[in-house]
Amino acid sequence: MVKTMDKKLEPIVKAMQSKFSATLEEFRAEVHLFVKPEQIVDALTLLRDEYNFELLSALTAVDYHPQSTPRFHVIYQLTSLAKNLSVQLRVPVNGDSPKVPTVTRVYAMANWRERELIDMFGIEVEGHPDPRRILMPDGTEGHPLRKDFPLGYEEPQFTFNFDEIDLRKPYAKE
Amino acid sequence: MGVEQKLGNMGVVTTTLENVVNWSRTNAMWPMLFGLACCAIEMMSAQAAHYDMSRFGMELMRASPRQSDLMIVAGRVSKKMGPVLRRLYDQMPEPKWVIAMGDCASCGGVFNNYAIYQGVDEVVPVDVYVAGCPPRPEALIHGVLTVYEKVKGDTFKDLAKR
Amino acid sequence: MSQIEEVSLEQFKHLVSERALTGETMLLNMGPQHPSTHGVLRLLLELDGEIVVNCIPDIGFLHTGIEKNMEAKTYQKAEVMTDRLDYMNTMGNNLAYVMAVEKLIDVDVPARAQALRVILVELQRIASHLVWLGTSGLDLAAMSMFLYCFREREQILDIFELVSGQRMMTTYIRPGGVWRDVPVEFEKAVRDFIKIFPKRIDEYETLLTKNPLFIDRMVDIGYLSKETALSYGVTGPVLRASGVDWDLRKARPYMGYEQYDFNVPIRTEGDTYARYLVRVQELRESLKIVEQALNKLPMGPVRSDNRKFVPPPRSEIGVSMESLIHHFKLWTEGFPAPKASVYSAIESPRGELGVFLEGDGGPKPLRVHMRTPSFDNLGVLSQIVKGYLVADLVAILASIDIVLGDIDR
Ligand code: SF4
Repeated sequence: MVKTMDKKLEPIVKAMQSKFSATLEEFRAEVHLFVKPEQIVDALTLLRDEYNFELLSALTAVDYHPQSTPRFHVIYQLTSLAKNLSVQLRVPVNGDSPKVPTVTRVYAMANWRERELIDMFGIEVEGHPDPRRILMPDGTEGHPLRKDFPLGYEEPQFTFNFDEIDLRKPYAKE
Repeated sequence: MGVEQKLGNMGVVTTTLENVVNWSRTNAMWPMLFGLACCAIEMMSAQAAHYDMSRFGMELMRASPRQSDLMIVAGRVSKKMGPVLRRLYDQMPEPKWVIAMGDCASCGGVFNNYAIYQGVDEVVPVDVYVAGCPPRPEALIHGVLTVYEKVKGDTFKDLAKR
Repeated sequence: MSQIEEVSLEQFKHLVSERALTGETMLLNMGPQHPSTHGVLRLLLELDGEIVVNCIPDIGFLHTGIEKNMEAKTYQKAEVMTDRLDYMNTMGNNLAYVMAVEKLIDVDVPARAQALRVILVELQRIASHLVWLGTSGLDLAAMSMFLYCFREREQILDIFELVSGQRMMTTYIRPGGVWRDVPVEFEKAVRDFIKIFPKRIDEYETLLTKNPLFIDRMVDIGYLSKETALSYGVTGPVLRASGVDWDLRKARPYMGYEQYDFNVPIRTEGDTYARYLVRVQELRESLKIVEQALNKLPMGPVRSDNRKFVPPPRSEIGVSMESLIHHFKLWTEGFPAPKASVYSAIESPRGELGVFLEGDGGPKPLRVHMRTPSFDNLGVLSQIVKGYLVADLVAILASIDIVLGDIDR
């Protein structure tokens, strides 16, 4: 398994560090660059136009509840087909009124993935062209992938507690 | 066919109304083409050449609920799909039967969480549960035959109720 | 139970053209119960007569909460959920997830296990493409395709059943290797399949490839340009049919794909027919890989012997106290993974299947995100159906090869 960062990534990391004062973390040869929410659009534009990162592979978030500053990391996983490189941008956002700007103008793919952020994490995406819920039905309360949202585990029915659960199970009528 | 011998030369056969009605219902049961998730793929396998469900008089999968009398709920039912499922069920003409195919439809299966109904019997009344994740096509066919058994056992009172 | 909500046009105002507001064009709801949406997908169509002006997909009817549910299970147990994501590509999902876990905990996989994984994943790719071919044939009224494709698929499922005991939800590929070695009949079963399958592909091609009816429905329909495809994050055969040479098996070989000699089919037309040709060609290439891997299949262990993460084989438990302890600890507590995140991706039949996995130092993942290819591939649908007929929409949707379980997770 490769343990160090690809040589070809070094100039890119340098540029990101000098332009956006991004901080670098490395793990198993993966490069994670931390930038601020207001820089993300510029950072992605730069990476796309100057360094051939044509593909935004993934856009998601991680919730670090109960920690609140920052509570979320929004993750942008970029791939360059021409150079065969990957880089990950991470944007820490705070727990009270989490907000990131939309990147749909840089990568059209972000549209649905950002709707997923809105739906599943309750992270507001500023300037999103279509900020509706995407997976959960309209009118759901809460955001399922947040850590403080309960899993919704129901007690399984076994022989010993069959009757007890059977009584309160909401069976449908004809 | 064997019917000729039974008829003798009188051209008449005596039976009960219940029997005739139930017999006709079982031998042309049209299931609704209602695939939700992984189980739907096994339902398709059951329809395809290898398992060939049409041997039991049900090669006609109808996409429209108004033409079908058996609903095979093949897959997990999410909270968003539940109301849609119920509406489809309500649109089916009487008499109608429901098979919950797979663990998810029967009891939630491996997904014990916020998004999935823990058993489709919370949404529509179920006649037969087929276990398995996914059930093999043979198991589905067995489930269908179990519905037939149930239908054949219907008495006149049940028929009137339906 | 909640009711179906009334939807007002207000909600979709920004997505439809102005003519819809005056009633000049018609809004039509297709799905979630529709035979040719390949699952529970709802499309809101704005139609001008027969012509699609706008198409607004509505997803989430199969939202299963898999990502959240995986956070509540240990690393090994969470794997069961991955099968049910993209249910046409169960082995591939296992592999993607397992590779991410292996990267996180840094475990190496023995050569035999790698080769077995390649064989099974490629067989799964064939099975998945067969379902696609069968169902999209059905959409274009080629019923016999459906029957033929499922016939061959049964043979692959039999192989899976042979190795894992299950037809679809196998969970056979495990962190550190595979569940157990394949039985002796495995080789013969795969060889039988390799022998008959090329003839069967020829059969499909005689039925479809030159069939004028089929060509009329496919050629120049649903054009997708290279630039649009990339900016929408489209991957897999759909991207390759638009002329981009990108296959993770070639670009970033994993599981020893670099040892095998195969081509990546590329077309430049970017239409529905090109996508069909790419996939049919991929059937042949996958078969080539299976054959090579089977010929080279090395002997040896199928599981890593790193006892901190990988449970010992059954045979050892009876004779070694230590193995028993390891077995017990691994299956009750699980193993702790470092507090870090990894992203690893494989080429699934539908495109880049990536797994983002973050550990928090404990035995359960802090976050699992599946970057599922169908999600992004469906995102481009609204762009490529504009201006085509409703009947073409069915063909285009089929050619993208979506799996709703993959999209809604
Ligand atoms: S029972 Fe299993 S195969 Fe069927 S829908 Fe549920 S997870 Fe899928």
